[in-house]
This record gives sequence, C-alpha cells and structure tokens, in this order.
Amino acid sequence: MNIAEKGFNEDFQFETPLVPKRTRLQEFWLVFKQNRLAILGLFIFILFFCCAIMGLFMTSGPDPLFDPAMIRLQEKLRPPLAKPNLDSLRHEEIPCLGFYLMGTDDLGRDVFARMLQGAWVSLTVGFVAVGISVLIGIFMGGIAGYFGQHHIRVDHVLVTFLLISGAGLVMAHSIRFGAALLCLTLAYIFYSFFTQNRSGEKSVPSWAKVFRKNAVSVDTMIMRIVDIMLCFPSFFLILTVVALLPASIYNIMIVIGLTSWMGTTRFVRAEFLSLREQDFVAAVKTLGAGNFRIIFRHMMPNAIAPVLVSATIGIATAILTEAGLSFLGFGVPPPHATWGNILSDGKNFIFDAPWLTFIPGIAILIVVLSFNLFGEGLRDVLNPKLRERH
Amino acid sequence: MISFIGRSVIQKIITLFFVSIVSFLIIHIAPGKPSQVDPMNPKFTPEVVERFQKEFHLDKPLHVQYLYFYKDLFTGETVSWKDNQSVLKKIWERFLNSLPLFIVGTIITWTLSFPIGIRSAIFRGQLYDRSATFLSYLLISIPGFFFAYVLIIFVVNQFHVPVIGMETFGIGDGASLPHIFMDRIWHLLLPSMLGATGGIAVLSRYVRSQMLEVEGQDYIRTARAKGLPPEQVHYKHALRNALLPFVTMFGLILPGLIGGSVIIESIFSWPGMGRMAYEAILARDYPVILTVNFVSAVLVLAGTFISDLLYLIVDPRIRL
Amino acid sequence: MANNNTLISVQDLKVYFRTGHECARAVDGISFEVRKEETVCLVGESGCGKTVSALSILGLIPTPPGEIAGGRILFQGKNLLELDEEDMQKIRGNRIAMVFQEPLTSLNPVFTIEDQIGEAICIHKNIGAVELRDRCIKLLKDVGIPSPVQRLKDYPHQLSGGQRQRVMIAMALACDPDLIIADEPTTALDVTVQAQILQLLKSIQKTRSMSVLYITHDLGVVANIADRVYVMYSGIVTEQGNTAQIFHDARHPYTQGLLASLPSRSKRGKRLYSIPGTVPNPAYKPAGCPFHPRCPHAIPICGKEYPKMCDYSQAHLARCPVLFKNKKPGPKDYALVIPRGDLLC
Repeated sequence: MNIAEKGFNEDFQFETPLVPKRTRLQEFWLVFKQNRLAILGLFIFILFFCCAIMGLFMTSGPDPLFDPAMIRLQEKLRPPLAKPNLDSLRHEEIPCLGFYLMGTDDLGRDVFARMLQGAWVSLTVGFVAVGISVLIGIFMGGIAGYFGQHHIRVDHVLVTFLLISGAGLVMAHSIRFGAALLCLTLAYIFYSFFTQNRSGEKSVPSWAKVFRKNAVSVDTMIMRIVDIMLCFPSFFLILTVVALLPASIYNIMIVIGLTSWMGTTRFVRAEFLSLREQDFVAAVKTLGAGNFRIIFRHMMPNAIAPVLVSATIGIATAILTEAGLSFLGFGVPPPHATWGNILSDGKNFIFDAPWLTFIPGIAILIVVLSFNLFGEGLRDVLNPKLRERH
Repeated sequence: MISFIGRSVIQKIITLFFVSIVSFLIIHIAPGKPSQVDPMNPKFTPEVVERFQKEFHLDKPLHVQYLYFYKDLFTGETVSWKDNQSVLKKIWERFLNSLPLFIVGTIITWTLSFPIGIRSAIFRGQLYDRSATFLSYLLISIPGFFFAYVLIIFVVNQFHVPVIGMETFGIGDGASLPHIFMDRIWHLLLPSMLGATGGIAVLSRYVRSQMLEVEGQDYIRTARAKGLPPEQVHYKHALRNALLPFVTMFGLILPGLIGGSVIIESIFSWPGMGRMAYEAILARDYPVILTVNFVSAVLVLAGTFISDLLYLIVDPRIRL
Repeated sequence: MANNNTLISVQDLKVYFRTGHECARAVDGISFEVRKEETVCLVGESGCGKTVSALSILGLIPTPPGEIAGGRILFQGKNLLELDEEDMQKIRGNRIAMVFQEPLTSLNPVFTIEDQIGEAICIHKNIGAVELRDRCIKLLKDVGIPSPVQRLKDYPHQLSGGQRQRVMIAMALACDPDLIIADEPTTALDVTVQAQILQLLKSIQKTRSMSVLYITHDLGVVANIADRVYVMYSGIVTEQGNTAQIFHDARHPYTQGLLASLPSRSKRGKRLYSIPGTVPNPAYKPAGCPFHPRCPHAIPICGKEYPKMCDYSQAHLARCPVLFKNKKPGPKDYALVIPRGDLLC
C-alpha cells in the first residue's frame, strides 16, 4: 500500500516513547551499582553485620558454641588452623570446629571465638555512638536552622544559669544553699509563666525590662556551643573522659557519641537554612501546615541524605576510636574481648605469634574500609552535581 | 578589617572562657579522685592527704578552685601533682620533642597529597585516579597502631635499625656525629610517616574533590575556549581557585600539634606532648590535663583566626 | 552546499553522552553552515542541543561522558574534528571565539580583567607588555566600557552583569577572530541590558566584518539580528531559511507552533497557543520524526521513518514532507528507520 494513500489523520494516536518508569530507589541503585568499590563495601558491611549477630548468639549464654573466655593454658599461642592436642584437653575444652581457626592467644583462648565476640562490640559501638551523635546533631542543627532567628531573653539565660548552678551546688554537697537557689528560680519561672498568661508585657516594671531584652539568638548560641566543642582535641577528650569514668562499653559509646555530633549539627543547620528559603516550604506553610509537619514531613527527607553519608563514615571512625581506646587499655574491661584489646594483648607476642596482631588488625581494617567505601559511594550517588560528571 | 579582627578576637576569648569552664567541670565532676589526694590510697596518711588538699585548694568550693587554677596558669605557677614540677616548663620541653615529629609529618603530608590529589582530579576515572582513591581509603581505614606495628616489623626485619624512642639507647657514648644524625633520622622517620598517612589520605581526597569542583566551573570552559593549553588551564586557572580553601588549612594544622599523636607517641615511646597527656591521664594529674587542654584550645582558636585572616588576604571577593 | 563564501560548515554532526546505563543523543546529525560576514541563529528550546553543537565546534565537549559520534566540521576547509589538541588550541580564541551565557561564572573570580583579556591575546600573539596593555584598553573601549583604564585592575565581581558580558565580548574579540559563537549571551541579563549587548554585537559584527553564530531560544532576538536561522528540535535541525522565510512562511509544524505561541498584539485577548506534550528525553527519543508525538499533522509513517529535508524555495528547507506544498509525502521523503536510543548504545 502506498504510504501517501493513508493521507492525513488528525485523530491518529501516537504512543509517546516514555522514559522507562523507575522509582527513586531503582534510579539510585542503577547509579550506585556502577561504583564497584561501594558495592564491595556494602557486601562486606552486610557480611560483617551477619557475623556480629551470629557471633553474639554463638559466644554468649551459659553454654556457648564458641567460648571466648575458655582458658587452656596448655594450648597457648597455637597458630591458626592448628589441631588441638586432644589428650590434654577435657571434653568441653575442645573447640567446636575441631581446630583453632584463628589460633589461640597467650592464655590458650580461641581467637576465633574472641573475634566473634569483638565483632558485636565493634558493631554496637559504631551504631550506638553514631546514633547518639546523629540524634543530637539533627536536633541541634534542626533547631539552629529552623528556629535560629528566635531569641533567648536575658531572663531565660539567667534562669538557666541559676538552675544549673543550683543543681551543681546540690551535687557539690552544699545542699542548703543550692536548694534555696533552685526554689527561688522555680518560683520565678512560675511567676513569669502566670504573669505572661494573664497580662503580657504590661505588668513588667520599667527597671525589669532589661531582663526581657533579647540576649542571643538560638542559632548563635548553638553554633557557639559547636565552636566550644570543636576546641577540644577529640581523641584526647574522649581519652580523658573514658579514663575518668568507670570502664564500661556503654560509657565508651556515649562518650564517642557526645563528642562527635558537631559535624552533623553544622550541615543539618546549613541544609535547613537553605531549605527554609525554598518555595516548597513556603507553599506548605501557606497550606497551614504546622512546624512539626514542615520539619519532619517536608524538610527532613531532603536533609537526611548527607546525614546518612556522614553517619556511615562516622561508624567507621567510631570503630577506629574504640579500637584505639581498647589498644591504650581504656576500653572494655578485660574478660570481654574486643578487636582492639585482642590486638593490644597480642602486640607483646608480635614476633612469636604475629596472627594475634594481624587478625584483629586486618579485621578492623576491612570493616572500617567497607564502611568508608560504602559511605563515599552513597555520597557520590546522593550528590547530583557529582553524578552528572561521572 | 580592624573591626573584623577585634570582633573575632573577642569572640575567640569568650569561647576560650567557656572551654576552660567546661574542661574544668568535666575533670572535677567526674567520679574518682587523683591518687595523691584520694583518702583511700594506702600510700598516703590522712595528714598528707589533707596537706595536699590544702595546697591544691581542693578543700574550697569548685568555683574558687577554678579561679585559683587559672590564676596559677596565667602566672605560670601551676605545678604537676605527680612530681611538683612546673607544668608550663614540662609542656614546653615535651613540645620541643613533638615539634620535629609534627614538622616532618606536616611536610610529608602537604608535599605528597597535593600532587596526588591534583593528578587524580585531572585523570579522573582513569587507573591513576582509581588506585589513588582506593589507596587513600585504605590509609584512612587502617588503624594507626596496627599499621605502626606492621611498619616496625618491616623496618626492623629489613633494615635492622632500631626505631623505638627518640634515639638508640646509649648511643651518645662515643658515636660519631653523622652516626647520631642518621640514628635520629631513622627514629624520626617512622612515627612522622605514620602521623602523616591519615593526613595524606584525607587531604588528597579533599584536594581532588576541590579540583573537580573547580574544573566543572564555567570559567574553566572559558579558559579552554581562549585556546589555553591544558597545563595552563589546570595549573593556573583551576588550581588558583581550588587552592583558596587550603590556604585556610594552614591555620588549621596548628592543633595537630597535640591532637592525634597520643597513640603513635606511646607506641614509639616518643617523649612528646601526646605521650605526656596520656601519662597525665593515667596518673589523674589534673593540672597537666587541664593545661594541655587549654593550650590545645588556644591553638585551635589561633588556627581558625589565622585561617580567617588568610582567607581575607587571598580571596579578592572578600573585602571588608 | 559549501562554496567559497562558506566560513564554517557543520555536516551531519552527532554528539552523544554516555552516562552509565543510558546514552543521550544530544546532537543527532545536524548540518549547518555560516558564511562570511553573516549572522546565523540556532534557535530551539533548552536541551535541544544548541550549546552542545557550539561547544563541539571548539572541541570543548567534556569527553568522558560526551563523544563525537560522527560528522565533520569544516572550518576554512579543515576538518576541526581531525585536528589534534595543539592545532585546536591555535584555533580556539584565535580564529573562533566564544561568548558564554553566564558572564558571572564564566569569568575567573581570582584574576583581574586585565589578566584575563591579556591572556587571550598573549596565547596567540607575541607582543610586549606595554602594547598588551594598550590593546586591552582599546578592546574595553570598543565594547563600550566606561573609563577602561580604571577597570583593568578590577576583579569580575566588581562589575555589573552587563559590564561582565562586555568583558567577555572583549575577550572574544581579543585576537580578531573570524567567527564568534555567542551562546545565549543575553539570557542572564536584564531586558534593557540585553538590548545594549545585542546592539554591541551587531555593530561589532559590521565594523569588524566577522561572522556570528548566535545561539538563543528567544525568537525576538532572532528577528532582531539574524540573517539566516536554523530551528533545532531534539538534536536535529527541523527547519532552515532566512529570517523572513522562517518568520513569515514557516513550513515545519514545530516552527509554526513556536511562532504561534509567541504573544503578539494581534492575538490580544485570545488564548496563547501552546505545543502539547514535552520535549523527548535525549536518551529515549521516539522513532521516526522526533516531533511526531506532539505534531498536529502527524501521520502513521512519521512514527516509523525519519523524514528527509524538503527543499521549499531558495534554501528554505524543512524536515517535514507532510506539509510539503501541493504534494503528498512518498517513500523517498523518508530515510532509514532510526532505532530508539536505548537500543542504539
């Protein structure tokens, strides 16, 4: 048939060839997949996660499969894959694999069991510490970025100061004076609360106006706090606090978390500041959405990407810091194994039993590396500017 | 300009004041007492403990202790609780020991990471870039203490030179001057290289991303459209812009003097600041801990101040 | 076709961008030519490949993602695509210069105006410092910058947007090029400044008897300065002709749509026309004529086969056989079937 004979057909429906429909996640995965290092990182990360969870179940409980605390003095410093000497061991002392996968240490403890136990410690330290720091960071950064232009009045500052010093005095054993101070401030808080509800500014005498003046904006205050925190050399600060506090794994997590939130705060603030000015926030506001909804429903999803990236890299840093602390002897108390203290114990036998140094060292290296690679891969994917260029 | 400096200095002093309060509170509110003033320590009789407490004003309320401590610090009268030596003098001695480590480490870091980062950016996506990237992740991820032991084993096995300490024990007797010199170099090289590894990795990544950022700018396209050869485009137009943020980092390396050297100095038994701080923490020697903290806060603030100033000078867009 | 009067002739140029799993055919076989002392406009929506074609003339396509997949660019008889980097540098800025869209970001913030203009001269001409300075001053005067001597030591951020664009033009003029490519030079400027810059370009083109390849999406600008016009859509040239032909006798449905959507006094009170649909994604173009899904005159074959250029009158060509006067389209009006983008790469 001649094409020309078909003639014009105004109503002819042409299908538009569409770009294949992909969700954001699929789009994201397509880009992420190309970064082979990041995929490797993700893979090791998942493997490590499984190991740590399995390790927790296999090394704890009254009768664990692998007992990290089992001491066999006659079997000390056996190299990896060595067979145990079955004659000298009691039945329950024989490792369940039938051989020492990673050798034994100077007390004849199974290094594999200790590594499994340590994996869980590293994992929890990483996640809890970063969880704490990210929560504080988002909270502080969000307040500074969203409510930053609000001001704190002079009386707020005074009341806070008095409350803190009152509490401090009570703790420092001058209970009477401290309690008096606390009562006084609480009384003032109630007083100002009621007067404000009743008549606003009218009832304030002129001499007291100075207390109602704006002292400092929320943003300035939070950023100054960040500046103050950044003045401390972080590892030294962590070391000091951990050394002063009783040795416990939870103290380490909390201290690492409390000393590493500044970065998150800074960029959550920056992100919120720029998001606030964007039209979609104004649009949501004109629809009558409350602050809570704006922050959590509309702004947070946009600000969360860089937080995720820095959290991933933060986990790596926290694991390294914990290992460093354990190495210096400030970590988890002795019977419990962590990769840092296995290495620290092993360093005395570095020439006789190098596996005691190399196994935990390489394990830390690989896990930290996987977190770093995964985090950087995430950063590349989430950064639209970089994505175009690669 | 003057007003900027004035404002900046005042702000820094206020920050320093709060830092001093916070660090004082952390130390004194934490549970436990330094062994010298601990009534539970069997080595000291109650009288001695009481004398100590009086001498160090520990019987006074906290805010009075604070004032005493910083008065002593500024008049240079603070003494260590452990050996009764002047803290400032001690810090100065240790500082001089740390200085060569710091200088050599910084030089290694800066001279290596810039060429690596710039080349990575220019050849991005190629073999050089990918291997440099992987290597720097490796260096960031390797635990310093583990790497230290690997290097020590390597150097001791391969070159048969001792590396622990600042010099070989007892070398002063009868050795020739070049011999002593070489010995010093050997001892210096390993710890400063270790101190530099993390820095090289981080800084070269940063240089790379900065260069990439600049290379994507419109003015680079303009420069190429003028017919400039690629070297001039990279090293004149791009580098000049990419370097701006690094000028400010000259200020920020100051705090590195104390920061990350604790582990390396203790492994290598290097009698520097980090090791002193570590020992002070072990002994709960509060004056030393607080002074080190204060000094490092001063260094951080001075560093940021210097970098702000440098930025003013370097970037033509900022004029006050 | 190319004759003695032709300065630059782009023939069947194809520029593709590969981004991992996709291949965007940004420029998909375009041909155009610029004659001596002529102003030619490339018109089209953003993303239709105007800027990419201009950049590929100068060899400035960033080559990890981009690649020139075919075609020739003949400049004074030489194929620019075959030149090596060093010869290309001798042409850039010297024989062909470019003015970019964003004068703020296109000037290097850390060098003074004098550095940047002087540099453009230094690379190609061997002259002394004093002469260089005089030349910079003269160039600034030519582009209408007041008190050029004082301006020399300024940094780009100290100038206004219009002045920055004038500096860009001065840089482009530095070596007296044969061809200036102006890539939407007025888009980032205020309307009043736009008119001044256009006027400046026009007068420079007259006095220096250069050729200008002007890239824009603004039909008003086209009507103002162009001698001849190429209308682009989705990486191809859909219609070409002189300004009068395009504006008064448009033959391609896309051009007609564009003109119909211009507000004008005669259409006051009526609803403005808008072309239905959207520009195709360059990685997933429709088969056949890329405009057919939005075209009011489309017939089934438009969705299958690629239309050929049809000669209307006196070098007025349009890539649409359907609207060809007094004639129904036949098989010879269509070329090969173009496969879809995702299959191609």
